[in-house]
Amino acid sequence: MQLFDWQFALEILPTLARAAVVTIEATFLGFAIAAVLGLVLAILRRSQNPWISSAAGGFVEFIRSTPVLIQIFFVFFVFPQFGIVIPAFTAGVMALGLHYASYCSEVYRAGLDAIPRGQWEAARALNLSPYRTYYGVIIPQAVPPVVPALGNYLIGMFKETPLLSAIAVVELMQTAKIIGSETFRYLEPITMVGAFFLVMSLISAVGVRQLEAWLHSRRG
Amino acid sequence: MPTADDQPMVRFREVTKRYGDLVVLDQLDLDVAANEKVAIIGPSGSGKTTVLRMLMTLERIDGGVIEVDGEALTHTSRNGELVPADEGHLRRVRGKIGMVFQHFNLFPHMTALQNCMEAPVHVLGLSKDEARTRAEELLAMVGLADKKDQYPARLSGGQQQRVAIARALAMRPKVMLFDEVTSALDPELVGEVLNVIRRLGAEHNLTMLMVTHQMGFAREFADRVCFFYAGKIAEQGAPEQLFSDPQSERTRQFLAAVLEAG
Repeated sequence: MQLFDWQFALEILPTLARAAVVTIEATFLGFAIAAVLGLVLAILRRSQNPWISSAAGGFVEFIRSTPVLIQIFFVFFVFPQFGIVIPAFTAGVMALGLHYASYCSEVYRAGLDAIPRGQWEAARALNLSPYRTYYGVIIPQAVPPVVPALGNYLIGMFKETPLLSAIAVVELMQTAKIIGSETFRYLEPITMVGAFFLVMSLISAVGVRQLEAWLHSRRG
Repeated sequence: MPTADDQPMVRFREVTKRYGDLVVLDQLDLDVAANEKVAIIGPSGSGKTTVLRMLMTLERIDGGVIEVDGEALTHTSRNGELVPADEGHLRRVRGKIGMVFQHFNLFPHMTALQNCMEAPVHVLGLSKDEARTRAEELLAMVGLADKKDQYPARLSGGQQQRVAIARALAMRPKVMLFDEVTSALDPELVGEVLNVIRRLGAEHNLTMLMVTHQMGFAREFADRVCFFYAGKIAEQGAPEQLFSDPQSERTRQFLAAVLEAG
């Protein structure tokens, strides 16, 4: 038996390519949730109302301290018991987004903490509303420096999407498993999936580094 | 019933500020008339900057009442009793006050013009065109018409501080607060900022409170000088009197030390 069947690899390539689209969709949708919700959580954590800030802080700690796989199972298998039935793809994207939102919120927090107090005071002296202070003054300064850190979480999240196979989302990993169980050949599909993640991660890492350099030159 | 004319623009009544056990301001009473220029001097830690910061509502007050233009700043009257004011009231009264900071605090991601347009557009509700016209006039007044499209990082400290003055004026305040506005500047840049303040005093109806270490400027520009010591006004009076013939021993010591250093 030949070690790696290139003919077979070529045959399953279109199927895997279609599944790769699902993986990429899940990554970007999940990260959109993480990026937006993470910022909201970071801002709520700074609220002067102790109830709001500790609720946001507790939520972040809770999510960060439990495995993402359990959260995925929870959304997909437990929510329906309370009448909330969510399709597998949506449930998976939501759980990933929620999980990474808690990590992103810590990144944003560092960015927000780095804004000098004088900026807040100038905004207050000019009577800007809290919304306008964040939207017009603080966020445009706090977010660009943390974009590289967010980019690293995007890559991290991308590599965690195979977890969605556990709730039968037909992404790359699940597709490879299906191919394997139908043909009894696992070497090619699993290797190809691994290679896909490797290549995409390396490309993204270069992208993040270039983004970092560009942001740095802009600030300079 | 006092008439509008004899009503002070700013009034501190028994205002107290503490940080833990440290009393920064101790039952301060201070009236500032409309259009009056008051210089606040004193050693560091004497509470002089706190006076401005409380007036700008950057610090909470622990006792007493501050009134601006006849209205309580941090309190509202409810059934004849003074109760702590809500954010809406604070925002309305705060609109009468503008502040210029020691470290400029310009928004670094906005040009000089955008810095001066941000609040007029989003707080006063001016149209972009109205706000731009107003900002351009003010930048011209502070001598920076040609720098309006520059970002703060490309401006000298003196230029940044002049933009900050224009930015505060764009809100058309009745009271302007200057908090050691030349302390962070290289000596050769101090003059251009003081000149702008001189012009403001001459051409605009503004009540001004300034914390300053520029004794020469205080003497020449202010109507009244207040010497702060340990959270109280140790001495106040017309600049000529206070600088030439200080009554308090503290004032004499402070002035001697400052003049010797500078």
